[in-house]
Amino acid sequence: MIDLLLEPFEYAFLRNALVVCTVGGMLCGLLGVFVVLRGLSYLGHGLSHAIFGGAALSAALGISYFIGAGIWGLATGLAIGRVTRKRPIGSDAAIGVLTTAGFAFGIVLLGLSTKVGRSIEATVFGSVLGVTGADTWMVVGATVVTVAVVVGWYRPLLFTTFDPEVAEASGVPTARYDALLMLLLCGAVLTTMRVMGVTLIAAALVVPAVVARMLTDSFGRMLVLSTVIGGATGLVGMYLSYHLDVASGAAIVLLQFAVFVVVFVATGIRDAVRRRPVATAST
Amino acid sequence: MTTDGPLASLDGITCDLGHGPVLRDVTFDIEPGTFTGIVGPSGSGKTTLLKTLLTTIRPVSGRLVRRPGLRIAYVPQVETIDWTFPVTVAEVLHMARAGRHLRPWPSEAERREVASLLERLGLDGLGGRHIRALSGGQQQRVFLARALLGRPDLLLLDEPTSGVDVRTRHDLLHLLGDLHSGGQAIVLTTHDLNGVATHLPRLVCLNTEVTAIGPPAEVLTPAVLERTYGAPLDVLIHAGLPFVVDIPLGSTDHFHAGHAHLPTNEGLPTNEGQPTGPATGATR
Repeated sequence: MIDLLLEPFEYAFLRNALVVCTVGGMLCGLLGVFVVLRGLSYLGHGLSHAIFGGAALSAALGISYFIGAGIWGLATGLAIGRVTRKRPIGSDAAIGVLTTAGFAFGIVLLGLSTKVGRSIEATVFGSVLGVTGADTWMVVGATVVTVAVVVGWYRPLLFTTFDPEVAEASGVPTARYDALLMLLLCGAVLTTMRVMGVTLIAAALVVPAVVARMLTDSFGRMLVLSTVIGGATGLVGMYLSYHLDVASGAAIVLLQFAVFVVVFVATGIRDAVRRRPVATAST
Repeated sequence: MTTDGPLASLDGITCDLGHGPVLRDVTFDIEPGTFTGIVGPSGSGKTTLLKTLLTTIRPVSGRLVRRPGLRIAYVPQVETIDWTFPVTVAEVLHMARAGRHLRPWPSEAERREVASLLERLGLDGLGGRHIRALSGGQQQRVFLARALLGRPDLLLLDEPTSGVDVRTRHDLLHLLGDLHSGGQAIVLTTHDLNGVATHLPRLVCLNTEVTAIGPPAEVLTPAVLERTYGAPLDVLIHAGLPFVVDIPLGSTDHFHAGHAHLPTNEGLPTNEGQPTGPATGATR
């Protein structure tokens, strides 16, 4: 048993991948609470697709993935907010238009340049191969910053998520907090996307938060639970990926889905028991 | 904050949300310690007026002057609240200091203040409960408590008695009356002319434009009500308070264009500067 647990640590890239999956899972779980409660579940999906365009452009130009794709992702996120505010277009439609354009741009670059193709393939499907020490530091750094922001600005973030209009009226600058969350979300997608894959990262953002929501009615507890579920499923999913020889992102997401099903059924039974009328003895 | 003059002055305020004016040339002042009700039909601009005071809606013309440093708290319509959101009563109350206390956990002083307020509002022991697991009156009081924790100079409430039963309305109106007695300036909107509006010291009748301002006894008249609601309504006087009654379609047997007095009201007190008790069972 111990051998099974320690075996991946023999390889540097797997050690790095375990850190990225665990810490990245925690990061996605934490931010996923805001994504789910703000009704932005589609944003994580869209943002990863948009960032794919930025990643392809970074590879084609030979600049840092984190800088190129990061700027691209943030610009896309802010553009979604602006288009939604300025025109009578729903945020889901704005996400659909802008992020698929970014993804299509990446596909075009992928077809035009073999140099791009080599580095982008792992980004699309997720891979633990070639996860470097720098990647682990990036995800750890993004997580530390995110936790610091969520703890430090907990109340305004809660207020702007629950009741943005009253928060604004109470003097909380909601647009700034929206932009701050978008920045953190871009950081989370950027630092975990290569292991999770463009197509699967949305689930890592949404599923832990949804599971946590079924387990608690408190915002504070939901943040903690979602972070723990994200980290635990990231770690266990990574082990499953190694031992079953399947893609890391797919293993993590399938594990999260299994947790979702178990909690969905268990909480359903719990609620049914609570609702059941108490039988009264007749004499 | 300076203490002279009105808390807020609206001068010729016109608001347009993209489909024509919602408010047109609205002018009135809100003085410290006053209790004002805004009445009018659906779509008359009541909520827009509150949001203009909050500065979340900007007028296209006119001038809003708020006292420098004015603290305004807003209690939204319960229908606009997401009751599925995972948030406990205590977490709602901690939002009140979102701009000042950034750390997640409350200080000892804040904990004491919250406990004291919960007790005062009859909510003690409910801090850990989810907001959906409360009665309608308790839900309304939680959001009132959040507003009060911000120690506002001016308290705005949007339809605070919407969808609540008579007893809850009665309790809430008395609670607001107590706050007003303590010097709290309050502005609320209401559709409830007989249960709420007639008990307030001052009304602003609104139908995009202000149709009348003054005490209920002066503004709840058939003429003003027709201008405000666009429908003929009669007014009965009971216990010194005006009560509005519908005129059934096609009816010719109604009180004609003026106040009609019920015979049993003589000598009963009227509201002068303070909200009176609601009209539970006052009319038959």
